[in-house]
Amino acid sequence: MEIIKGIQTQRGANLNIKGRAEKILDNTITSSTYALNPDDFFGIVPKLLVKEGQSVKKGDPVFYSKNNPRIKIVSPVAGNLKVIQRGPKRKIEQIVIEASEKQESSIHDVKGWEELDREEIKTLLLDSGNWPFIHQRPYGIVAIPEETPKAIFVTTINTAPLQADFEFILEKNKENFQVGINVLNKLVDQSVFLGIERLSSNVFKKIENVQHYSISGPHPAGNLSLHIQKISPLNMGDKIWTVNSEDVANLGSFLSSGEFSPKRTLAIAGNAVKSPRYYKSMIGAELGPIIKEAGITESSVRVINGDVLSGSLSSISGYVGYFNNLITVIPEGNIYRMFGWLPFKDNKILSLSNTSLSRLFNKKGYEVNTNLNGEERALVVTGEMEKLFPFDIFPMQLIKACMIDDIEKMEALGIYEVVPEDFGLIDYSNTSKLEAQETIRQGIELMINEVG
Amino acid sequence: MNVLRKTLDNIKKPFEKGQKLEKFAPAINAFDTFLFVPNHTTKKGAHIRDAVDLKRTMVTVIIALLPALIYGIYNTGYQYYVQIGSSFTFIDAFIHGSWKIIPMIIVSYVVGLSIEFGFAVFRGHEVNEGYLVTGLLIPMIMPVDIPLWMVGLSTAFAVLIAKEAFGGTGMNILNPALTARAFAFFAYPTYMSGNKVWVSEAGNVDAISGETILGSLAAGGDVNYSMIEMFQGAIPGSIGETSTLWIAVGALILILTGVGSWRIITGGILGAAVMGLLFNLWGANALMSFSWINHLVVGGFAFGIVFMATDPVSAAQTNKGKWVYGILVGIFCIMIRVFNPAYPEGVMLAILLMNVFAPTIDHYVVNGNVKKRKKRWAVAQELKTV
Repeated sequence: MEIIKGIQTQRGANLNIKGRAEKILDNTITSSTYALNPDDFFGIVPKLLVKEGQSVKKGDPVFYSKNNPRIKIVSPVAGNLKVIQRGPKRKIEQIVIEASEKQESSIHDVKGWEELDREEIKTLLLDSGNWPFIHQRPYGIVAIPEETPKAIFVTTINTAPLQADFEFILEKNKENFQVGINVLNKLVDQSVFLGIERLSSNVFKKIENVQHYSISGPHPAGNLSLHIQKISPLNMGDKIWTVNSEDVANLGSFLSSGEFSPKRTLAIAGNAVKSPRYYKSMIGAELGPIIKEAGITESSVRVINGDVLSGSLSSISGYVGYFNNLITVIPEGNIYRMFGWLPFKDNKILSLSNTSLSRLFNKKGYEVNTNLNGEERALVVTGEMEKLFPFDIFPMQLIKACMIDDIEKMEALGIYEVVPEDFGLIDYSNTSKLEAQETIRQGIELMINEVG
Repeated sequence: MNVLRKTLDNIKKPFEKGQKLEKFAPAINAFDTFLFVPNHTTKKGAHIRDAVDLKRTMVTVIIALLPALIYGIYNTGYQYYVQIGSSFTFIDAFIHGSWKIIPMIIVSYVVGLSIEFGFAVFRGHEVNEGYLVTGLLIPMIMPVDIPLWMVGLSTAFAVLIAKEAFGGTGMNILNPALTARAFAFFAYPTYMSGNKVWVSEAGNVDAISGETILGSLAAGGDVNYSMIEMFQGAIPGSIGETSTLWIAVGALILILTGVGSWRIITGGILGAAVMGLLFNLWGANALMSFSWINHLVVGGFAFGIVFMATDPVSAAQTNKGKWVYGILVGIFCIMIRVFNPAYPEGVMLAILLMNVFAPTIDHYVVNGNVKKRKKRWAVAQELKTV
């Protein structure tokens, strides 16, 4: 194995939050219902294929993308479609499936898949519901099957706070991971790139048919946008595909057995969790039983599908998201702090700013909560975003271009090279409590609608 | 604390959504959030947030201003007693200074904050904390004997025209405090320049000569102060600007907390030093041969570069841009001092001028990045066609 490129970054920050998941893998906790949330698939307008009360097998399509009917999202479990929860304007918010006693799966014929050509492989993945595992840059949407990417990126490193360790998750699933990599190679002319940790990562060093690269540095060093910018920068019109590491193994598992694999190894972490650890679970499983098993220390908690910076809001009665390997549970923070605005007061609050001494006092990790620690204000302070943004992009200028819907400027300043989660740290650290990720997401939506 | 919190919640009830006084909520919230950081939790985006907010940032600037302000109050009394030749104690000087300066601060805050509150209610947004700094800066850069109504009028002009007309905090092009000074300077030149305004009561008591060092140099006079006096600030001048020593302490606070840009401050000092040195070599008049190091400690240069040029809203916003902006402020400050006998102090005009050009500087810095991206694309296109 040869590492083609070693990436090192300085700009950024690792948030040392208490409650990292211990490397103990607990068994599956049974879930009686499962749910799919169409919001997990950015840019997809869902069209339902099943009605309430209808029964589905595991791997049967539940809904498809209105813009591209070939992209189908399948059920992770066999059972009855219990309820379709709708929000304002009849938007589908959640599709809940009640698991049945007898688990049946729809099986696809995968024998001799190595001989199939690219189009046949695509059709196989699309029909079996494995396609949504593949994402596309620019925009971070589900890949458009008609395109051919210039490269495919997989990373086994995630630097987000409390993030799950993919080496631990995948060490017993190497074979499937390798098969998954092999199938990805069929989809691309050039290379599949695999990001590994510079020092350890023995599991992934032995993976073949990939170009290895290494990354080190503070968050967001693990973000794929950065790897892509350093290795194969996205120019206007380019497409690059990305797949999450466990989903590579899921693809591999499908091609070995013909059965859709919704496996999710979850790290339950955060400073409100009693015994943070890993659990075997499934996409869409109930969060309640798992969190109960891990235990929580507070009465009022926030449950996040993903990390504290970019994850999506869920609840104890919520469900495992489609793509995240991490469930973060932290206390809510609806408390008042008297004179909390005084510099160097309340140093227990995690702060990257020098107006707090928090970095001196909390070497062992921070207790965090969801308090906004202030109120939204006009953008005044400059230069603080750049410190946390290792990309060759002017973050504030790009955010402002998104605010005023200036497509030309967004394009010129590099909107194609980022996804909202790259701005997670900016959201966190901003003095004016700016919602940078939301702004970038709206900017990307505008680009999709206007430019495509 | 709980009792106070409950009382506040009760007071706030009529201002809640759907209640009678809803419109005036920003005004009451400004007082409430001054006592308590609110219990708001994150609704979208990152689920956790940094402890820093705009209040904390602005309060840090005020803390950085305090040493220069306290010295300024003392120096006002000191200059007065020294010039009339009577003996005095530290307390006497301090009381005399406070008697003059605290009313100015009150006027500046009352006028400015009333306008800010009015606009917040009118526009339906929360009161921004930026004025807490502006309101203290305005008296600090005025001559001590300026009538209070002029302070009020200049403040009103600055907040209305320089700030709110552009959309409020974060949108202004010019630094509001300097705009207030520029307004007073051009509207009431006799109160803002000359040799009778810089020491308390200089206009009324004949014994007092209130000339600043730069003023006497421009008039072809000599400097009667030692370098140490100039550095520690026992010289006539605007209230807050005289003591380079205490301004340096403020600069240190700003730089260590990361609130003020070290790039702008360093760039400014570099620009002024180099410019001063070049003029020293030329040496055609008294101001030109005034040593470059003295140029850095007299007049408003130190105060301007530390507290006014670093205003993040009106300065350049990119890191490279901040260097260019700082250096140019320094260069223009000394250039205006030396070449323009009508304005022996150049820092105000230098900063205002660079405020106007800051967006242009940023434009070229950002354009470098844009061009790089376009070039990369062009190269990729070429590779594709080959």
